[in-house]
Amino acid sequence: MVTCKFHQYQVVGRALPSETEEHPKIYRMKLWSTNEVRAKSKFWYFLRKLKKVKKSNGQMLAINEACIILKLELIILSLIFEKNPTKIKNYGIWLRYQSRTGYHNMYKEFRDTTLNGAVEQMYTEMASRHRVRHHCIQIIKTATIPAKLCKRESTKQFHNSKIKFPLVFKVVRPPSRKLKTTYKASRPNLFM
Amino acid sequence: MPFKRYVEIGRVALVNYGKDYGKLVVIVDVIDQNRALVDAPDMVRTQMNFKRLSLTDITIDIKRVPKKKTLIAAMEAADVKNKWENSSWGRKLIVQKRRASLNDFDRFKLMLAKIKVWNPSRFYSALIDKLSYLV
Repeated sequence: MVTCKFHQYQVVGRALPSETEEHPKIYRMKLWSTNEVRAKSKFWYFLRKLKKVKKSNGQMLAINEACIILKLELIILSLIFEKNPTKIKNYGIWLRYQSRTGYHNMYKEFRDTTLNGAVEQMYTEMASRHRVRHHCIQIIKTATIPAKLCKRESTKQFHNSKIKFPLVFKVVRPPSRKLKTTYKASRPNLFM
Repeated sequence: MPFKRYVEIGRVALVNYGKDYGKLVVIVDVIDQNRALVDAPDMVRTQMNFKRLSLTDITIDIKRVPKKKTLIAAMEAADVKNKWENSSWGRKLIVQKRRASLNDFDRFKLMLAKIKVWNPSRFYSALIDKLSYLV
């Protein structure tokens, strides 16, 4: 199983109750970040932009992490789970990012087994293709897209039940890092 | 030279790097250009990068992402285990494993066996010479 750097968190918080408002509205957000602390910080960042509440006059009610669940594990706590980590899904991610000249919206599609994996793919792709660092990206929405509704050719080309392609050249590497050497006796054979 | 081994659903591959090193797995679906969903009778279905897989000549007849039972039945029908162990690649790996697991006494026996094959006249004098260490 690939360890994803980005974890999905569900964060719940509200403003502190006061004399004018006994029961302030509770807000819940689904976020992606590398750890819990950052998730809480991101939560307040977004809530500040939407409502008149800051971390100093608000309270965090719950923060739960989404995990990958393998079939045989018994889960008792209420966490968000990836229902089917062995099924390949097409994920569509809507994002808002800041480039050198302004803010833009974008829609990207990824094929992956888990949502966290797709989000991590998204962050790395934005960094490589557009030089956007992860703190300049806001995820607006994520969704699992059925194959018929995919828009991008690069994901649609894998929607083929009889897919067949050759691997063009072979990666020649020792089976573990310990067996790595600087010099080799002979040139490698790259034909698969 | 045209390609002979293709990445396709049902292709048997050998894992050549990582935790599952040395296992025979079946490509059960293709995620994208670099990764495949891979399954074997004794492991959970996972994704694996093509860089970690060496394709073999063996294919089995399965549909996209079969159930574990269907996969095992298809592997029995295609006789993957025997085909692999009789292929030259498979036999070489078995010999490698055997050689790596020799203990000192086995290596001693191997040395004597080699001398017997290549130099029978020397064998008996070598045997007496080595056995003299035991006395």
